[in-house]
Amino acid sequence: MIRLQNIHKSYITGTNKLHVLKGIDLHIKEGELLSIMGSSGSGKSTLLNILGLLDNHDDGVYVLNNEEIKSMSETKAAKLRNNLLGFVFQSFNLISFKNAMENVALPLYYQKVSRKKRNKLALEYLDKMGLKEWAHHMPNELSGGQKQRVAIARAMITQPKIILADEPTGALDSTTSIEVMDLLKEINQSGITVIIVTHENDIAHMTDRIINLKDGIIESIIDNNQINNTESVKIPIQE
Amino acid sequence: MFDRDKWQEIFSTIRKNKTRTILTGFSVATGIFMLIFLLGAGRGLRNGMTSVFAQDATNSMQIYGGRTTKAYKGTPEGKFIQMVNDDFLNLKKSIEKIDAISAMSYIPGAETISYKNNFGNFNVSPVHDTYKEIKNFEILKGRFLNQNDLDEHRKVVAIQDEVKKVLFPNETALNKFININDIKFKVIGVFHQQSFDDNSREIYIPITVAQKIFNNNDHIRRISFTLDNVSVEESKNIEQQITYKMAARHNFSKEDKNALWIQNNIENSQTFAGLFSAIEMFVWIIGIFTIVLGVIGVFNIMMIVVRERTKEIGIRKAIGASPSSVVGLILMEAIFITAASGYVGLIAGVGLLEAINQFDMIEKIYAPAAIYFIDPQVDLGIAVGATVVLVITGALAGFFPARKAAAIRPIEALRDE
Repeated sequence: MIRLQNIHKSYITGTNKLHVLKGIDLHIKEGELLSIMGSSGSGKSTLLNILGLLDNHDDGVYVLNNEEIKSMSETKAAKLRNNLLGFVFQSFNLISFKNAMENVALPLYYQKVSRKKRNKLALEYLDKMGLKEWAHHMPNELSGGQKQRVAIARAMITQPKIILADEPTGALDSTTSIEVMDLLKEINQSGITVIIVTHENDIAHMTDRIINLKDGIIESIIDNNQINNTESVKIPIQE
Repeated sequence: MFDRDKWQEIFSTIRKNKTRTILTGFSVATGIFMLIFLLGAGRGLRNGMTSVFAQDATNSMQIYGGRTTKAYKGTPEGKFIQMVNDDFLNLKKSIEKIDAISAMSYIPGAETISYKNNFGNFNVSPVHDTYKEIKNFEILKGRFLNQNDLDEHRKVVAIQDEVKKVLFPNETALNKFININDIKFKVIGVFHQQSFDDNSREIYIPITVAQKIFNNNDHIRRISFTLDNVSVEESKNIEQQITYKMAARHNFSKEDKNALWIQNNIENSQTFAGLFSAIEMFVWIIGIFTIVLGVIGVFNIMMIVVRERTKEIGIRKAIGASPSSVVGLILMEAIFITAASGYVGLIAGVGLLEAINQFDMIEKIYAPAAIYFIDPQVDLGIAVGATVVLVITGALAGFFPARKAAAIRPIEALRDE
């Protein structure tokens, strides 16, 4: 599903050049539940942004769904994001003046799905999240866990192949965190690849595989589940 | 473009910032209001002036005798040039482009005109029958003088409606006899004429009669004529021809500008047309600058909107909004604010003009000005033009903010907590 080879990324701030990713090699198979761990500054968010087509890589090869991602137009990137990827963010990123249903339906608006149809679908997804009766509430009337479930419903509604979650439990208490993680696991069991960026060990240990990032390189890969691990082999670093 | 969701989003952001949006819209509305109102008022002024000047046909000229300022062939300067019937006949024959020509003489002494116990001082002008083609009369009753009246020296008179009101307050005037310097004249017509002067009270009698019974000479005071389809250049040529002919006949220098006084309405009306075009242009400039100020306001507010919505735009992009859809959103909001508020200004401007028209407001505020202000209106072309200006300026006001919004990178927007 995802293949990264020798990915480099640096940011230029003024006269300084900050080398954030220093050659990442990674192969993520379809249907994996994977976490990326690392302390702040390790480059994990940058990696997620590159995976999520929110940022370009400088060097290396990125193959997503059998398609090599090179610098592409913003319009095309938007389309790919819309069709292939679903995002879940730490701060939920719901649109404050739209109710839960409209927030969930929004990705379909950009797919030009009719209003009636996308609202119906949105209600279905909210129902799956157990939020049907909250459909017409505004985000500020929802609890953190509810907001995150709305965000997950929004990520799911386009039936993406990959869910990218950036610290999905970062703003939640431990009970809600576990609920959200169960939800993500459930999604993963339906065959969707789920990639979670986190700095919490217990969250990472709920996933099948943990990628430990440190200073822009993969320090180690831990397989939590030996059964799932047979095919996901670390690709040797190439020269 | 007519996508319900897009409109809903636009309205929801407008609703969030009601006061700010209304204040911004107000400046655009003021701009359009000023433009429409001033253009309409300018049009009213032009209509008024045109109708006032219409008392003299715009293709007419008038010649008056003057006083020489140059000595010529033994005649000292200061000689009065007295035009006579022969001058009239000569001009009538020799200027080929002449359409209608009439002379006017005068009656010496007090002009007390009476009918039974009613009397007044009116201006009695002895003219030819053709005078009706030079001056724009509206015949209300009867007729104007005709050829037979002149040929047969009939003692007949055409009176202005104002004169009729004084002499015949409660009865019809036609075929009644009025006294002009103790001589009876039969009323053959009542007319109306536009004039600068509200007090104009005119009476016309055949020039042949006046010369015979009042003056006993062939003097004339002025010659008026209209020209058939001539340019300003040609009219100036004709002016010169006349000066030369009259100089030869009356023995004054061709170069003497004061021996004859020639009023060239063809030239004057062109000057007026130019003046009004200039006023109109001035109004456009004021209006456009006011609109520009309003548009800068819209531009400003859209920049703020984009800044405030950075995060939201980032979210939209992350979940698949293309740059063009973001641009469309901002652009349409800007166009909507300008177009809607501009339309309000347009309606207000047209409404005020209509109100002035309907309720004769000028008449009530300052009556003497009323005749200079007729039918203030903006035509469809200007309304359409203003609308086009609004949409274009709205798009301009939205363009840079929209481009800024499109350039927002989702990661940076999402980082913005």
